[in-house]
Amino acid sequence: MLEGIIGKKIGMTQVYDKSGAVVPVTVIEAGPCFVVAKNKDSKKVQVGYGKAKKSSKSLSGHFKKAGVDENLKVLKEFSCDDLDGIQLGQQIKVDIFKEGSKVSVTGTSIGKGFAGTVKRHHFRRSPMSHGSKSHRIPGSIGAGTTPGRVYKGKRLAGRMGGEQVTVKNLSVVRIDPEKNLVLLRGAVPGFKGGYIIIRKGKA
Amino acid sequence: MSSVISDIEKANLKEKYQDFKVGDTVRVYAKIIEGDKERLQGFEGVVIAKKGSGARETFTVRKVVQGVGVERIFPVHSPKVDRIKIVKQGKVRRAKLYYLRDRIGSRATKIQDKEVQNTSDQQAAA
Repeated sequence: MLEGIIGKKIGMTQVYDKSGAVVPVTVIEAGPCFVVAKNKDSKKVQVGYGKAKKSSKSLSGHFKKAGVDENLKVLKEFSCDDLDGIQLGQQIKVDIFKEGSKVSVTGTSIGKGFAGTVKRHHFRRSPMSHGSKSHRIPGSIGAGTTPGRVYKGKRLAGRMGGEQVTVKNLSVVRIDPEKNLVLLRGAVPGFKGGYIIIRKGKA
Repeated sequence: MSSVISDIEKANLKEKYQDFKVGDTVRVYAKIIEGDKERLQGFEGVVIAKKGSGARETFTVRKVVQGVGVERIFPVHSPKVDRIKIVKQGKVRRAKLYYLRDRIGSRATKIQDKEVQNTSDQQAAA
């Protein structure tokens, strides 16, 4: 069995669990992914997901070799414990997950643009009134003549978001192999329609 | 909203549920679990707000117990809400009756003859 699958975030809603309590869930369309390549040395399987309008000649040749007719958009390698049980061109579906199990989700967070230190690093705000002229400034960024420079890694304003984020230990609330849907409890990084990777958790 | 999500929310909807309005006095029969037994618990009060729509709609019921206001928020389509009984229909001119929170005493009820009741309440307050 593969350890993960590629999917697309659809959005959030809520469902009721067995006891009748409301559970906030993210709906993810995961798979079907196609096996494109296998590597026996590293025990990894390359799978693809999504439809691309067209692929480069080298990529479409790569797909044809695996017996996949479609042009896939996202390719990703997953480790696999049973390489012989997986053929090239095989479909990987959401039934690799079990309801109630834990997964981790990797995606690209929503870009926030150029953000100040208050938003980006949770710095404290300065007084907004009572004669204060510094409202959201970072304050001192270091000593004077010694060291005479700003230390590397000093947290300052800059681009925020749009980077890879992994959320661990999300529980699988429901799977729907017919519609290729996974419902995970809680939020998942990225915007609606963004590609994400779901991996099995340890437990 | 995506059709996938609206499908999921449609499955959450109850087929039949009691329709009521803000201002009505209702008795909500909610399922609660005591030990390993399940029983119904009634909660009677005035509906002071309805929020949201579709599968996510909720309503707030307020009652006053020994001078202390108690509010409970129920999802309309929650499987825990067994049934809702309308005790009294109210005539109100607001969608949200949050002003009831500031009132003290027996002024939490307002029905057809609310004007008579209001004047007597004002005298009592003065």
